[in-house]
Amino acid sequence: MSEATAANGQAKARKSSGRPSAWKLLMNNKLAATGLWVLLAIAALAILVPVLPLPDPNVTEPADRLFPPLTEGHFLGTDHLGRDIFSRLLWGTQVSIAVGLSATVIAAVFGSLIGLVAGYVGGRTDNLMMRGIDMLMAFPYILLALAIVAALGPGLLNALYAIAIVNIPFFARNIRGITLGLKHREFVDAARLSGKSHVGVLFTEVLPNVLPVIVITMSTTVGWMILETAGLSFLGLGAQPPQADLGSMLGEGRKLLFTAPHVSFVPGLMIFLLVMSINLLGDGVRDVLDPRLKSGALAAPSARTAIDRDVVPEVEANPDRVLDVKALSTHFDVGDQVYKAVGGVDFYLGETECLGLVGESGSGKSVTAMSLAGLVPTPPGVIKGGRVMFEGADLLEVSDADLRGIRGRDIAYVFQDPLSTLHPLFPVGDQIAEAVRAHQPVSKQVAWDRAVELLDLVRIPNAAERAKAFPHEMSGGMRQRVSIAMALANDAKVLVADEPTTALDVTVQAQVLKLMDQLRRDKNAAVLFITHDFGVVSEICDRIAVMYAGRIVETGPTDAVLKSPAHPYTRMLIDCVPVMGQPGRRLDAIAGLPPPVNDLPDGCAFAERCPHATSECRKGDIGLGPLGEGREVRCIHPLKETVL
Amino acid sequence: MAGYIVKRLLAMIPVLIGLSIIVFLIMAMIPGDPAQAILGNFATPENVARVNRELGLDKPLPQQYLIWVTNLLQGDFGRSYILNRPVLDEVLERFSATLILAGTSLVLCSIFGLLAGIVSAVRQFGWIDRTVTFFVLIGISMPSFWLGLLLILVFAVQWRVLPASGMFAIYGGGDLLDLARHLILPALTLAVVATGVIARLTRASMLEVLRQDYVRTARAKGLSERKVIYRHAFKAALVSVIPVIGIQAGFVLGGAVYIETVFQWPGIGAMLVKAISTRDILLVQGGVLVVAASYVLFNLIADVVQSLLDPRLKS
Ligand code: SF4
Repeated sequence: MSEATAANGQAKARKSSGRPSAWKLLMNNKLAATGLWVLLAIAALAILVPVLPLPDPNVTEPADRLFPPLTEGHFLGTDHLGRDIFSRLLWGTQVSIAVGLSATVIAAVFGSLIGLVAGYVGGRTDNLMMRGIDMLMAFPYILLALAIVAALGPGLLNALYAIAIVNIPFFARNIRGITLGLKHREFVDAARLSGKSHVGVLFTEVLPNVLPVIVITMSTTVGWMILETAGLSFLGLGAQPPQADLGSMLGEGRKLLFTAPHVSFVPGLMIFLLVMSINLLGDGVRDVLDPRLKSGALAAPSARTAIDRDVVPEVEANPDRVLDVKALSTHFDVGDQVYKAVGGVDFYLGETECLGLVGESGSGKSVTAMSLAGLVPTPPGVIKGGRVMFEGADLLEVSDADLRGIRGRDIAYVFQDPLSTLHPLFPVGDQIAEAVRAHQPVSKQVAWDRAVELLDLVRIPNAAERAKAFPHEMSGGMRQRVSIAMALANDAKVLVADEPTTALDVTVQAQVLKLMDQLRRDKNAAVLFITHDFGVVSEICDRIAVMYAGRIVETGPTDAVLKSPAHPYTRMLIDCVPVMGQPGRRLDAIAGLPPPVNDLPDGCAFAERCPHATSECRKGDIGLGPLGEGREVRCIHPLKETVL
Repeated sequence: MAGYIVKRLLAMIPVLIGLSIIVFLIMAMIPGDPAQAILGNFATPENVARVNRELGLDKPLPQQYLIWVTNLLQGDFGRSYILNRPVLDEVLERFSATLILAGTSLVLCSIFGLLAGIVSAVRQFGWIDRTVTFFVLIGISMPSFWLGLLLILVFAVQWRVLPASGMFAIYGGGDLLDLARHLILPALTLAVVATGVIARLTRASMLEVLRQDYVRTARAKGLSERKVIYRHAFKAALVSVIPVIGIQAGFVLGGAVYIETVFQWPGIGAMLVKAISTRDILLVQGGVLVVAASYVLFNLIADVVQSLLDPRLKS
């Protein structure tokens, strides 16, 4: 409650200071700020040029022809008619900016109108308008402008119209998209119900909400429009003498390229600076107004999770354990927040054993599983401590190449939701064959045959044909069988199955479970089975480890834990397993939420939701204590056996 | 696949009809007497009357359009009175020169853009990434007509290593090597902007793809990073880059107008600019139509390539 109010207050504070913070954001972007200053400097010169002490741009002086730059009295020299280039440059810049801006405004007004109407009215109007827009976009950009100038005749104003027209589609499309999304929002419906006319709703309710998109589109197209109008003038189709913009200056200067290159160099440089500064600023404005559009800002995960261990515990070799994990902790560093997704986890897998790692979503069970083979994305994930012992080596210490050899050969993964975890563009047989060839020196044909065998093994009917299918052509259950087949490709010693049945419906779930159980027995593989579902655990697992807020809170043999859970949280999870005939008893039936892992409380993380919590529960660190044969629990008031 | 291509070809027809209507309407916007405009200022009244009759300019607009389209379909694009030559002949001859230039540019910008984008995404935030981002920014802000002049100054005037203009040397030229030498500067200049756009997009879509679950699966299988990036990630990224390359074909074809003027390349862009200033209306009309139609075809090819890469798109 108090948290909610605090968050609310923060939101208010942010809102009231909305303006300066957007400005600050923009200024924090160094490139955008540079763009802004350069643009302001150019604009100031262009605006002030009438009052600056400069020669008249149009006065010709045949005696002063083609002075080089830095001649006295002519800062940038003179052109072939003896006119002062600096003065002409500033006047030309003024014209170019004015023309570019006007074209942008015209395109924005008409394009936005089309977009608003098409999106709001919908139906045939929309269809017709968008067809027209598509037709305009079917032309190569500048070609359409040329055709329009050809019809209207050369001239600056006609060039302006032409450039504006060819840019209308960009606005129409963007605005229509946003309007479509807004059309059925509550505030629009409310305004309509209150008796406002459609036109009223469109301009008072919808328009203000699409304004940011209009601004973004303007800021990203204005540079283009200046460039393209200059281009038309360069070709002699825009500004006609004696009027001059940057493009026509460049066009005239071009004739003197070999004798006096500065005459064309200077205006071209100005166009470049102008457009570049506008583009820098435009990108900055877009990022501030709509951060979602900022592409490529998020970091791509590296090939292996970053490892920066503060704690490296000693682990005694134990030949009975295939996998022995000690004090594993994995954090996510996001901004100045540290999310302790996995906060010191110990567990082991015996030969051919199946361990169920159980917990709600967000309990850290998947992150634990991914940490084993360094598959947690970095950034933001970092393994902060612990050891993962496999065949006498610490997987957190082996080289990248060795880890690659272990992945898929010794430790294989079956992921949740195979639609997103299988590659959509390769046939499934290919993907399995690839897994085979990653670790076995066999030919493509042999690998393919092996893939078909594996598909047969996971009981995919007509495997030889289905191997050629793409993931999207298969059902969810079949896809999951494919990923199981892929995990079995190299007879891995450890299978890590991350909620392999969660995305499937109940009957398919049962079949896949049975298949997995049988295959792991046939193949003598040890399994780490991650799930949130105690019902699933009881069917396949020998032992259970229950996770809560990044730590294991109870572990022991499946039967014992199920019969008499010792941790109150385990008890509640078990109670949540749907019982036949009693629908609605599901996991989310536990009241309250787990504590955020970037702000864990002192003492027991479960105390907020625990019916047995006492004041001692909220103090110090509560360890994982032994409790009978092979069992451990992290609770100072463990439940007695009699509870069930 | 063949069925898909046929379907897409059929879908081109309404687009082509739309294009022709727009081109027709734009030319109908010409103020004054169109026949006079076609023939130029010194036309005799008899000639004006003849052109009016031939093109049906005295009839209402829809009928005029039908006559025009029927003529087009029979390969009759009219006659350029200034060049005294059938429009289609001139347009096709010029267009082949443009195709050589634009095609080379498109290949160049695809190769450079894709490579730069991948490297930049894989080395995200590293110095290569920053360098690529910087050059992309310069590239997409660069007036290509100015860049062309700069390159001429450096390579043709200062160093004298490459020709400044034309498609073949006037004396003793004409072979492929000669063409290649003449092609280097204009093709590079024309490719700059498109390279920037493609690099930017490739980087963004690579970064997007690298976050996908199936890339994690590829790593979990124990594949080498090279395979993960160039086989798994790149193929998926390419699917969203291909249509952009298709769109860049339009910018390259359009940009050819500037580049052909700067380098005096005998292509359709330079022809259009000249035709506009001499008010050779039918030549403009035919040129615009042919270039626009070829752009539609480019996009169709991009679509087909995309659906070859991504089987989900065909259904
Ligand atoms: S330690 Fe206390 S609060 Fe935590 S689970 Fe046990 S009884 Fe509940």
